[in-house]
Amino acid sequence: MEPSGAPRLTATQQEQLRVEQRVFDTYRVLSDVSPHTQSLILELWRDKHMEFLTRGLRLLGPSYHVLDANRPWICYWILQSIALLEETVDLQLENDIVDFLYRCQDTDGGYGGGPGQLAHLATTYAAVNSLITLGGEKALSSINREKMHAFLLRMKHPSGAFRMHEAGEMDVRACYTAVSVASILNILDAELVQNVGDYILSCQTFEGGIAGEPGSEAHGGYTFCGLAAMILINRVELLDLPALLDWVAFRQGVECGFQGRVNKLVDGCYSFWQGGALLLLQRLSLSVEEQLKVSYFGREKEMRSGHDSATSNLHEGERPDAGLRPGRELSNIKLNDIGFSFLEGETACGPLFHSIALQQYILLCSQVLEGGFKDKPGKHRDFYHTCYCLSGLSVCQYCRSEDFGESPPPSGILGPYANLLEPIHPLFNVVLDRYYEAHSFFTGPS
Amino acid sequence: MDSDEDERVPFSRRPEWSDVNPVPQDDGPNPVVAIAYKDDFRETMDYFRAIYQSDERSPRALQLTTETIRMNPGNYTVWHFRRLVLEEINADLHEELDFVAHVAEGNPKNYQIWHHRRWVSEKLGTKAASVELQFTKKILALDAKNYHAWSHRLWVLETLGGWEDELEYCDKLLEDDIFNNSAWNQRYFIMTRSPVLGGLQAVRDSEVSYTVKAILSNPPNESPWRYLRGLYKGDHKLLVTDTKVSSLCLEVLKIDPNCVFALSLLLDLLCYGFEPSGEFTSLIGGLKHSSGDTLDAKFANTICCVLERVDPMRANYWAWRRSKLPTEVY
Ligand SMILES: [Zn+2]
Repeated sequence: MEPSGAPRLTATQQEQLRVEQRVFDTYRVLSDVSPHTQSLILELWRDKHMEFLTRGLRLLGPSYHVLDANRPWICYWILQSIALLEETVDLQLENDIVDFLYRCQDTDGGYGGGPGQLAHLATTYAAVNSLITLGGEKALSSINREKMHAFLLRMKHPSGAFRMHEAGEMDVRACYTAVSVASILNILDAELVQNVGDYILSCQTFEGGIAGEPGSEAHGGYTFCGLAAMILINRVELLDLPALLDWVAFRQGVECGFQGRVNKLVDGCYSFWQGGALLLLQRLSLSVEEQLKVSYFGREKEMRSGHDSATSNLHEGERPDAGLRPGRELSNIKLNDIGFSFLEGETACGPLFHSIALQQYILLCSQVLEGGFKDKPGKHRDFYHTCYCLSGLSVCQYCRSEDFGESPPPSGILGPYANLLEPIHPLFNVVLDRYYEAHSFFTGPS
Repeated sequence: MDSDEDERVPFSRRPEWSDVNPVPQDDGPNPVVAIAYKDDFRETMDYFRAIYQSDERSPRALQLTTETIRMNPGNYTVWHFRRLVLEEINADLHEELDFVAHVAEGNPKNYQIWHHRRWVSEKLGTKAASVELQFTKKILALDAKNYHAWSHRLWVLETLGGWEDELEYCDKLLEDDIFNNSAWNQRYFIMTRSPVLGGLQAVRDSEVSYTVKAILSNPPNESPWRYLRGLYKGDHKLLVTDTKVSSLCLEVLKIDPNCVFALSLLLDLLCYGFEPSGEFTSLIGGLKHSSGDTLDAKFANTICCVLERVDPMRANYWAWRRSKLPTEVY
């Protein structure tokens, strides 16, 4: 029993209260000012962001040595941010980036964290997305797709999962980056996909979200990766989608932003990982609904089994219809078309989260007046959070559009309409028109 | 603290390295995302590249990777090469664990050290179990939610064993902080995988009691609510028929009629076929009244309406759920 007086707060509660205090202080300013000032406060500081981003593209201070094995990531974070802001880099710089990433490409396929480094799936994803974001013949043709396919196969483990690099760690992140790269380069095939679905399914936890490895805790980053990968390999319906939706929906807190795990602190980068997952689920709402209805009144037993038994007995191919969306024929689905057809058709339901609240968190709590974005008040800006806050902002702005990338209604945008960013392809997180360009480039004339 | 960093002698002035030609990084004529390396970082990497390219797996190569990793523990290529060297020279792996522990102190959230640790302890086998459990415990004492440390700990338990004291440890963590979701996840892992407990079915009753107690002491804590559902995973029928679950909802809602977790669990119970009676009917009747819902509306519908109001952040989600309610529901 508690001693008399106020109960002692746990570490989690204390940290949470501290952050809430800071966030609410920030919001209080907003409620105290005129609508005109409000609009000013809610502005996206485009010029400042561009300044911060373009500077980093050339030269970084000595403290960046800790990211010396992540340089394609720095390229991607910056280029994706610039593309979202509807800006471009000058031609010379563009050529230099293509040249640099070419130096990171391993002669046996894939990209490393810098010239001469071992090929790594995460930096491969970053390099490929960077080149697609730059666009154009030179950038896109610099990717050796044949070698890439061989590299991806080498990273594949018999369990179905992928390793990050030769003899490296295996997790859901590796599965996503491998599948994303293969899909966007039009080299995804049955061999690469085999058993990936079973592995990701084994990472969905009792909480509803997806963990990095079987048994670990449900986590926003892995949940996005797992869900997007499952969609791209046409296996999304193996997941317990209502449980997944419930878990992600509950990650948006009173601070208006998203947390990465239950009872953890809000963080701007989850605007994309969780917000993006909710956008994916919004597109999949018919499948979620289908599963929800099956679960009603104990009908779940005969229709689908719990995940423990499913993972041990299930093999790809035994349930050929498992990944089908209602009304689609299996024979009509070609693996490499999934990313493209995901964009087709209207969205069957509205946003499943509070998109205005999330914009408020991004603009007021994550945006840094000197340019760039940060995790939360009290933290420093960085390129990673800039990329994922802006990506999340774009997700918020377009989640009310019925057709993908269609200009959203002004009511969907917090702050001036000029805050509107470019729309993204949510499965790959590249700007939509760059995706289309890459898609036609890699699928070739047919 | 290390003193060797202050007194660092450049490789170019170390006689034992005089036979090696450093290899500069090939960044091209117009580098991008170029890092303004400090001299010692650049030089160390230049020597690393030389040794890596010549694939020299020697004791001095091991020493070189030590220095390189201390400067940037995120360089997976260096770690990978270090493993090749360790194998080649048959290094003492216990010493290796000390090295990793030292690096981990300053960088507990780095992927590479944990992967390396796994590699080393796998080689050492079951005798490494207690050291590894001790090591993760130490890291978790500084940050009880360190994701990598938890993943490593799960791997150790499953691969090398050491389950005996795990539940006690987990109890202690939850005692310290009942909001620690990582500890709840660990608890689920123990209940479902520990060979000494006999599986979920065997522990369900006692775990439900434990969880109910945790919820009643702190209803706004999401972790035990999700854990409770987890205890019935894959068996909605049992969730609906076990009166401990429905009475918990009732009890919590009597104290706080707006408790989102109780309302959402009750909503799911109704959707799975729960037939409310007695006290439930009057409780939901009261909610109906406060939500301004029409009297003939179904209970599940009413709960969605209440949730849309008391949980505005998820109003869209609850509205969507409301639009998908089955017709047979109460
Ligand atoms: Zn973050």
